[in-house]
Amino acid sequence: MKNICFYFQVHQPYRLKRYRIFDIGKDHEYFDDELNKKILHKVATKCYLPTNNMMLRLIHKHKGKFRIAYSITGVALEQFRDFMPDVLKSFQDLAKTGCVEFLSETYYHSLSFLYSKEEFKEQVMKHKRLTETLFKQSPQIFRNTELVYNNELAHFIESLGYKGILAEGADHILGWRSPNYLYKPKTTETIKLLLKNYKLSDDIAFRFSNKEWSEWPLTSEKFASWVDACEGDTINLFMDYETFGEHQWEDTGVFHFMQALPDELLRKNIGFRTPSETLANEAKAELDIHSPISWADMERDLSAWLGNKMQHAAIAEIYNMEQKIKKSKDKKILDDWRKLQTSDHFYYMCTKYFSDGDVHKYFNPYETPYDSYVSFMNVLNDLAFRLKPGKIKISENPSQLVSA
Amino acid sequence: MKVLMFGWEFPPNNLGGLGTACYGLTKGLSAKDVNISLVLPKKCSAHDHVNMIIADEISLKHKKVNLKYVDSLLAPYQTEKDYLHTYKELIRGNPKAGELYGKDLMHEVEKYGYKAELIAHTEDFDVIHCHDWMTFRAGIKAKKVSKKPLVVHVHATDFDRTGGNPNQRVYDLEREGMHAADKVITVSNYTKSMILDHYGVPEHKVHVVHNGVDFEEKPRHVLKNTDKVVLFLGRLTLQKGPEYFIESAKKVLAIMPDVKFVIAGTGDMYSQMIHKAAEMGLAKNILFTGHLSGDDVDLAYQMADLYVMPSVSEPFGITPLEAMKNNTPVIISRTSGVSEVLTNAIKVDFWDTDEMTNKIVSVLSYSPLHSTLVENGMRDVKKLSWDIAAGKCIDVYNQVIR
Repeated sequence: MKNICFYFQVHQPYRLKRYRIFDIGKDHEYFDDELNKKILHKVATKCYLPTNNMMLRLIHKHKGKFRIAYSITGVALEQFRDFMPDVLKSFQDLAKTGCVEFLSETYYHSLSFLYSKEEFKEQVMKHKRLTETLFKQSPQIFRNTELVYNNELAHFIESLGYKGILAEGADHILGWRSPNYLYKPKTTETIKLLLKNYKLSDDIAFRFSNKEWSEWPLTSEKFASWVDACEGDTINLFMDYETFGEHQWEDTGVFHFMQALPDELLRKNIGFRTPSETLANEAKAELDIHSPISWADMERDLSAWLGNKMQHAAIAEIYNMEQKIKKSKDKKILDDWRKLQTSDHFYYMCTKYFSDGDVHKYFNPYETPYDSYVSFMNVLNDLAFRLKPGKIKISENPSQLVSA
Repeated sequence: MKVLMFGWEFPPNNLGGLGTACYGLTKGLSAKDVNISLVLPKKCSAHDHVNMIIADEISLKHKKVNLKYVDSLLAPYQTEKDYLHTYKELIRGNPKAGELYGKDLMHEVEKYGYKAELIAHTEDFDVIHCHDWMTFRAGIKAKKVSKKPLVVHVHATDFDRTGGNPNQRVYDLEREGMHAADKVITVSNYTKSMILDHYGVPEHKVHVVHNGVDFEEKPRHVLKNTDKVVLFLGRLTLQKGPEYFIESAKKVLAIMPDVKFVIAGTGDMYSQMIHKAAEMGLAKNILFTGHLSGDDVDLAYQMADLYVMPSVSEPFGITPLEAMKNNTPVIISRTSGVSEVLTNAIKVDFWDTDEMTNKIVSVLSYSPLHSTLVENGMRDVKKLSWDIAAGKCIDVYNQVIR
């Protein structure tokens, strides 16, 4: 029997405020609380609350047959706790049904795996502890920020005791193979790899409301027939949770679609499994992935976060500060530094499609990638100042100011 | 297709962007097999007076543009005061010469119009194309005698030049030209909305043609300067916002005391700006070069680590493109036409000198910002060709040629 495996990503970064040269050494509050609260409230109203409500009703209606998974970042959970406790409670209600699995990831939605294994491990453990506290379950499956993945990550994650890991079912790694089976990552023993079926996932997440699309309007019946026609053990539908009500607005009919989908699928004898439940399937083959892949853009690589010199320099610099930050034993400094690792900050600096104007702009609180880089670097210089107060200096390598 | 074009300056003898734009456009048009007779005002030497109109020609990539110089005291960006000064100087030396020219600027614009009428009588052409107000009278007269359609091209209005307090007589002439024209071309949406708001021109008559930039390989200079250099290049007039540049310089110097600020250009605020810099105690860090031309302009861009255009009101603004062509990143005023066509530039409000300072210090301090702006900026600039601008002009011509 073939199953659907739904996993939804929930994340909200701590966006930086406009932080100017003059603020260095004077203002140590980096985040735009007003804006962050405003966005959280907007997304909660349009997506989190109504969608959680819908999911809860579907779970009750189908008596255990409808099962889903979430990965919620630590920074999103913190913001729910501080600004919108209703949202946190509605996720906890879902957890209590026993039909919802929570996945592991880095607490700060960071790219730390690429720069510091030590920091990466600490963030994964911190997120795991929070998940256990809030949802009373211990995660078995890991998903890395933006589905960034390679062999090395699978190996490392296996050593931390995880049973499964998620990645993008990118064409260039699969070739003729299907994403609808489990795979075994090269260099690992038992951990299994779940691959996103990006075509079917994007039909919902991106194309659903596109009237230019030949398949518009997408009905749950049509979608179920596509799934029915697929070969394989598991159809992995991975997407941002904000697909419901935020990327696809309510008036597109996305909620109606989702409400009717379980019935349509179950009628065709297609069930639902959470990621750890799919591990019962055999791994079909070994996959060898050296260069990191991700689920972003057409390229499905790291270029959305590490595509230009500003992004490379900014992220390298933040990890250059790691030892000095940790040596300071200052909790506030450590927390600020970690919030600055959230991948969104580097995404805002992306110039890849900037001239064409596109999806990157929609999510960007800054007018241009240059503005976001300037605020970020000014903040790093202030962080250096806090580690070593004295004369205010401005450097493209703030970490060196601390050691000098 | 034959075009009778009236301009007011042409390289290498140009003071501002109008000359550069005129040159780029004529080059783009002649590459598309448009024949151009370009009429320019020029103060002729004494023995040429009898001819009044001197024919010449220039080659642009194997194509010829006919140049016609009309003897006139009109000069680009001239104010009424400037004109009177020139005129008085002239008659002091040669009282008789006074009869050849207008007694004041408006009178001379009128006289220039009569000479245009003569040219229009003898020339064969399909459409008349005028650049900015000094030539509008000539265009109107040429249209009257030839019955050919008139296109006026607005590179700037007197609202831009005066910071919102136009000279009534200049304004009247601008308005008359726009209303007499069959089509109006503006260099930006910014300027289009300005003439819709202030000149009552019906929207369907107005077309936007953004300026382009030339891509000729130029010699690169190897410069060794250790101090960071921030450049202002333009006429020192209210419109260009030089005082905001100096105020930002002061704020930057409080953070980075070794930066050099170079102000290249001259204009009615020249001495005022020198005094201001001196009064602020910044004479050592703010350097004035006076007017630059030819290779010196490229040299200035290449020497600079950053180019700033803090214009109060800039209909287009070619200089940032010239800077980017020379691998120099730019900070530009939001109130500019060029900001419509550039994405890889830093944009600020001209009055927000704190933000300008923030961005200047950042570009000078964070080299990845500098290099990303330069690399991506080059892509922006390469998209802006005079070929595209010329094509749009021809579309406009085709709509009016009967």
